[in-house]
Amino acid sequence: MRNPLSKTVVGIEPSGIRKFFDIVSEMKDAISLGVGEPDFDTPWHIREEGIYSLEKGRTFYTSNAGLKELKVEICKYLNRRFDLYYDYNKETIVTVGGSEAIDISLRAMLDPGDEVLIPQPSYVSYLPCVTLAGGKPVIIELEVKDQFKLTKEKLLNAITDKTKVLILPFPNNPTGAIMEYDDLKEIAKIVEEKDLFVVTDEIYSELTYGQKHVTIAQFPGMKERTILINGFSKSYAMTGWRLGYAVGPENIIEQMVKIHQFAIMCAPTASQYAAVEALRNGDSDVETMRNAYDMRRKYLVNAFNEIGLECFEPYGAFYVFPCIKSLGMTSDEFATRLLKEEKVAVVPGTAFGSCGEGFLRISYAYSIENLKIAMERIERFVKKYKK
Amino acid sequence: MREQILMAIDKNSKLTSKDLAAMLGSTVEEIEKTLKELEDETIICGYPTLINWDKTESEKVTALIEVKVTPQRGQGFDKIAERIYKFDEVESVYLMSGGFDLTVMIEGKSMREVANFVSSKLAPMEAVLSTATHFVLKKYKEHGLPLVHEKSDERMLITP
Repeated sequence: MRNPLSKTVVGIEPSGIRKFFDIVSEMKDAISLGVGEPDFDTPWHIREEGIYSLEKGRTFYTSNAGLKELKVEICKYLNRRFDLYYDYNKETIVTVGGSEAIDISLRAMLDPGDEVLIPQPSYVSYLPCVTLAGGKPVIIELEVKDQFKLTKEKLLNAITDKTKVLILPFPNNPTGAIMEYDDLKEIAKIVEEKDLFVVTDEIYSELTYGQKHVTIAQFPGMKERTILINGFSKSYAMTGWRLGYAVGPENIIEQMVKIHQFAIMCAPTASQYAAVEALRNGDSDVETMRNAYDMRRKYLVNAFNEIGLECFEPYGAFYVFPCIKSLGMTSDEFATRLLKEEKVAVVPGTAFGSCGEGFLRISYAYSIENLKIAMERIERFVKKYKK
Repeated sequence: MREQILMAIDKNSKLTSKDLAAMLGSTVEEIEKTLKELEDETIICGYPTLINWDKTESEKVTALIEVKVTPQRGQGFDKIAERIYKFDEVESVYLMSGGFDLTVMIEGKSMREVANFVSSKLAPMEAVLSTATHFVLKKYKEHGLPLVHEKSDERMLITP
């Protein structure tokens, strides 16, 4: 028999998270700080709307690009939050989570050999999605000294004449870093000068602390070059509903709809109806959750610094990214030993790119009670190994 | 800061001053000072525990009583409300708009105890015109917290 497998797919490395997940799954009664999704349930009025749509028998496909009401609400939201104007009909597509939007935006834009800049540490799917779309991933290694922001210098260094797309993963999973107005202004200038396009993954846009999220699409000349991806998973605690969206220039969205149409048909209908409710009446839920996350964030940053693991203050998402270099262990060693000795699961920074070495991703999508117990154990562990 | 502290402890009064200081980006001294102020101003009136007595051996009966009263000149409803809430059996008293005046929540060991209270203490009061007693059959949610089902974390242990 011939080899049934695609060389491209086989060549893709399995996610570092997967490997760790297998170890964790074998441990009973471990406390996990390893989850990348909210601990809140979807607010009841949103769930109730989903249930109602099922009761009403809205169990059919929607149009490929998504339910009209939802696309209208998405555009209204982007307008009221970021002062952006998108046409719901031609510049908006509803996808199966932000993940699908990442995939199809890259497939719509890349030809073989096109280079895509991926700042790391970052979410695990950009790199394989670029590869699957035939592009060539080029990693930009971000550093703690820049608070894990993408700097002008790093960007310029990575650009070649083959560079086509820049991925902007902010607010960032796993570092919690955000890009502020002045940071983005410089990036936008380079993007325009070098004639690049941007895929900006803003799934955590509602979860920034102390300052409002700024999107690169707001800058002059950027809307035409930007695919803005967002979704409902993080802001409304709707991960299992699998619903996201992308907005951008008509010519790119049109091609994305084509791929989406053949691969997916449409995003789940009940989820779309629930999402309409989320955008219409969910602002206060988001605020409640943001306030809760903010308290846990401050609690953790303080706790890590107190036990002597340096932790820069993250202003977005729901992760802290403490540095463990002072213990003389690799991230993998630390995470594995912490799990075995203290039964606390955290994700090694290396799962998000090799420049995550020396760091851990700690999620604070847990109750304070949970975080307190976990931090006591981490403290005991660190004391044991600190020289 | 006051508002933030209140929001943080509204559902969890077990948080220590140290926890609160870390969570709100403040100092232990500042938190303790503010808590003291809030207590002195009776903005914080106590730190009770939410107990689901149904799950224990002890017998408890809760009743909600709609009370119609005659307000007293110069004192409105406050005087009569005070006469009622001073009884230990009374859990809470609210002044209502609508068809009756006061909602009185009573907690007793048995239905008979509650009935006794209503017939011998509450109803005979001069200002009380009428009472309607409703017994609570089951409590589902109190103080924003569900009492009935225990929730476990069903998320996978590690996700990207």
